[in-house]
Amino acid sequence: MESVLNIGMEHYLILAGILFTIGVFGIFLNRKNVIVILMSIELMLLAVNINFITFSAYLDDLAGQVFVMFTLTVAAAEAAIGLAILVVFFRNKGSIAVEDISSMKG
Amino acid sequence: MDDLNLMPILPELFLIAIGMAFLMIGVFKGNSSTNTLCWASCIGFVIAAVLLMKSDWSVTYILSDMLVIDSFAGIMKLLILLGLTVSLALSVQYLHQERIARFEYPVLVIFAGVGMMFMVSSNNMLSLYMALELQSLSLYVLAAFHRNSLRSGEAAAKYFILGALSSGMLLFGISLIYGFVGSVDFNTIRETLSSLDSIPPGFTVGMVFVLAALAFKISAVPFHMWTPDVYQGAPTCVTAFFAIVPKVAALGLLMRLLFVPFEAATDQWMQILYFISIGSLVIGAFAAISQDNIKRIFAYSSIGNIGYALIGIVAGTAAGVGSVIVFLLIYIAMTAGAFVIILSMRRNGLAVENVTDLAGFSKNNPVMAYAMAAILFSLSGIPPLAGFFGKLFIFEAAIESELYLLATLGILASVVSAYYYLRIIKIMFFDEAVDAFDNDIALAKRAVLLIVTLFLVVFIFVPNFLLDSAMLAATSLF
Repeated sequence: MESVLNIGMEHYLILAGILFTIGVFGIFLNRKNVIVILMSIELMLLAVNINFITFSAYLDDLAGQVFVMFTLTVAAAEAAIGLAILVVFFRNKGSIAVEDISSMKG
Repeated sequence: MDDLNLMPILPELFLIAIGMAFLMIGVFKGNSSTNTLCWASCIGFVIAAVLLMKSDWSVTYILSDMLVIDSFAGIMKLLILLGLTVSLALSVQYLHQERIARFEYPVLVIFAGVGMMFMVSSNNMLSLYMALELQSLSLYVLAAFHRNSLRSGEAAAKYFILGALSSGMLLFGISLIYGFVGSVDFNTIRETLSSLDSIPPGFTVGMVFVLAALAFKISAVPFHMWTPDVYQGAPTCVTAFFAIVPKVAALGLLMRLLFVPFEAATDQWMQILYFISIGSLVIGAFAAISQDNIKRIFAYSSIGNIGYALIGIVAGTAAGVGSVIVFLLIYIAMTAGAFVIILSMRRNGLAVENVTDLAGFSKNNPVMAYAMAAILFSLSGIPPLAGFFGKLFIFEAAIESELYLLATLGILASVVSAYYYLRIIKIMFFDEAVDAFDNDIALAKRAVLLIVTLFLVVFIFVPNFLLDSAMLAATSLF
């Protein structure tokens, strides 16, 4: 019983790996709405943050936590720009469905 | 705490200062200041280049080893500044013609440029990530710059989604490298890895993620899908910018990453890049054949050219890196020249983008048609033009490293891609003429075309001088 409750480094890494994979699949399998893609991107970055903090704690090294601070900031900027691009796209197309982003092919 | 020495990054600090100053000027003076700001930015890039050349290029680490200044970073920054100046000079007239002359354009170009300059001198995964994002975030906005055009918005959306995915992969890779090596500093990673008996598998996985993310940024196969769409949809001046500058910066970053922190894992990354290189050569040569949109053709052409540059990197020697630097210089020149013509393809005030629109170009504007022919011959690697030497140096380095298969494939890809370059020449010179293009071509474009053509022709007299200085710069990585 005790060994089940004992959470080690690998559990955190597996969690981060699963979240990251869900994020990647969210980008590729999603056929409905671009906002979901933005959420998936956010999920990927947050999964990476879990990775960094885990390693930082286990290596007893601060660089990982500093990295997370920067990642969070950049993720916010990235989301802002992503939403701005979606607004531009919506004004021209009147839709943000993934299947509508397809006027260019080849 | 050691002394805060910021002198080695004076050119970057100067560009940041004028970037913010121009942003304020733009905010207060409005879009009427766009012209002035564009030309002032061009002058700013030249001043930054002068500051860069006057500074000391011996190996210096600053800001707690976050950044490194060496002759490799110096020469890559010069290439970046050259590309920035040229592509901004080409943009000004197009911005007015498309009625998108807003003051944000030069400011975004400056910030993207600063990001690129930090990219090639980063010496830590953290500074690498921040510089790459500073560049990418500016580029996403530039792709959407024609905000009333559906295609521009679509190009930006695609570029953003795939770019954000690649940043996510980059970060995931960095986190694994951090976890299994215990540091994000390039030199520490290198020393730790070479002190170990074998490379930890976790590190290799992380490295693959990082390489995949960077393959996105340089649009190498299999991560090239965004390139044709983004090149076609973005405003043509932005396409020119995308084709010329970010590739140089991302390749510079890739080379530093491969030869400094990943040095101990050379066997592993060489295999990966080997196949990425072959894939880029093949896709770049064959996929462009069926294209009719000239911007898409040049998108595939840039994918193919990245394949050649990767051959030089896989060679893994100072000669290889030196040949890539010379190749990039020639690539900047050829792409800039080709985009002068593409930007000038306008009829009755509207841009046309089809290859067949070039029919009869040799009768309507013989001077530019001959210049374009020289550029296309150079792109397809026909001697005595510069493009031939760019490829020759790379193949030489590959043969020295016994990469016979890669060199042979490179030559074959070059033959195949000659088909679509020569097809454009055939349309310009032998097809039945259609209406002439508008004849108001800005002085800056004419000047760039003249300089590029002269460079391509004259290169045969100075190849060794350029190659030797590139080699010298390359040795600072090893």
